[in-house]
Amino acid sequence: MLKDITIGQYIARDSIVHALDARIKIIITTILIIALFTIDTFSGFGFFSAFILVVILLSKISLKKVLKGLKPILILVLFTLVIHVFLTKGGEVLWAWKFISIESEGVYTGFFMVSRIFILILFTSLLTLTTSPLQLTDGIEYILSPLKRFGVPASELSMMMTIALRFIPTLLEEADKIMKAQQARGADFESGNLIQRAKSLIPLLVPLFISAFRRADDLALAMESRCYRGGEGRTRLHELEFKYYDFIALIIIIILAVAVSFY
Amino acid sequence: MSLIEINGVDFLYENDDSDRPALQNIDLQIEAGDFAVIIGSNGSGKSTLAKLLNVLLTPSKGEIFVAGLNTNNRDNTWKVRQKVGMVFQNPDNQLVASMVEDDVAFGPENLGVPTEEIRQRVDKSLEMVGMAGFQKFAPHKLSGGQKQRVAIAGVIAMEPDCIVLDEPTAMLDPQGRKEVMETVQYLNKEKGITVVHITHFMEEAINADKVIVMNQGQILHKGSPKSIFRLVEQLKDVNLDIPVAVEVAEYLRQEKINIPDILSIDELVDALC
Repeated sequence: MLKDITIGQYIARDSIVHALDARIKIIITTILIIALFTIDTFSGFGFFSAFILVVILLSKISLKKVLKGLKPILILVLFTLVIHVFLTKGGEVLWAWKFISIESEGVYTGFFMVSRIFILILFTSLLTLTTSPLQLTDGIEYILSPLKRFGVPASELSMMMTIALRFIPTLLEEADKIMKAQQARGADFESGNLIQRAKSLIPLLVPLFISAFRRADDLALAMESRCYRGGEGRTRLHELEFKYYDFIALIIIIILAVAVSFY
Repeated sequence: MSLIEINGVDFLYENDDSDRPALQNIDLQIEAGDFAVIIGSNGSGKSTLAKLLNVLLTPSKGEIFVAGLNTNNRDNTWKVRQKVGMVFQNPDNQLVASMVEDDVAFGPENLGVPTEEIRQRVDKSLEMVGMAGFQKFAPHKLSGGQKQRVAIAGVIAMEPDCIVLDEPTAMLDPQGRKEVMETVQYLNKEKGITVVHITHFMEEAINADKVIVMNQGQILHKGSPKSIFRLVEQLKDVNLDIPVAVEVAEYLRQEKINIPDILSIDELVDALC
């Protein structure tokens, strides 16, 4: 079961959104997020939602799959809403009981914040849905590379991310194996209260960590023997290349963002 | 000069408390095009020797020359590592990328090979190990033997003169072991790549040009497979498993039955029937 998990939430499709350069997509997402925070009207959010809808249609990913990505943040969203509704004061009193009261300002800010969070998450999940993890790490490396001059190890960071992605399935498989081995010897991972269950994970985590360190050691040796000496002087099999539509997309987004912010 | 020359090498691990060095007084030449097999039981120093060839370690005493380059000279480190590729025991712990082609490209990328040439080298190397068509696969979806062949392709893509395989078959099932051995033999015979194969399976030494038996950090014997397998009793003393055919032949010889030197079951069958 663990073998089949996919890393990240990338869904491969043959679409213009997928074909865009990873760097451009990261930059676009950043611009849009900044624009999102300059907006202070619901009509602005409406505009953004319409835009997202268009992008989703272009990406050929079903709306259902995109919305599924929002599930994990529902609790956070509800929490934000409740906090704002009850604690933000101002405007007319809509409802009051003893010391608890709901005022119009609170309701307004609550829904405002919730819309903002939803749109924010939709943007970022669209990025990860349409960009493979490898392209993403490559893109991040390129974007960070001007910072190399100030000592930011951009290529090393991207190498670390690549290796982390590579080893997630391997370590999951190993965790599965250790778990079964411990269960075969009578370990119980399923019963008891939360603390007992957390404690029962120790015999799983200790061997897993030890083996991860051993793997890291082996891997370092293997990388060294294949002439890895940091990012300096490395070439790549997959060069990222800007295409004309990357620039078109960027220009459209900048115009949109500016228009929305000054609207 | 031989491709690899090891002259009077000792090696002692720094944090090692034992008084015996991991390697003692090793003298060895490996010629270009050789298929050399180093056999020895655990702790015989065979893996240490492999790491010395790739400059992952440098000798405490003595000198090693790879294609005329002295490994003690720090300036030569990267050149030597390009000339001597290394494949390790655990297939999971030596693949770097989450796609086969990216992993094979890792070595050439480090060497600064231009993009188009990397593409050619990747495809060619994968074809040479019989893994063409697996470019886009994730390593964790491959079998052990396939992973190990991808690791070999990753080394070949660096265009080395010699590949050192440090127990590449130890963690594989019989099928994977067969795949890897066939690949290695193909690369040696057809592509002329020098191979140093380190193992504790004596069967894998049968087709070698040169067999080196190691014990307790020293070279016990070196010579052709036939000359080595004649030393059945001595090999048993150093905890090596003798191939069944060789052992049977030895028993028959002790019973005064005239049997020529044989290595494999097929040869034994021919000799007896």
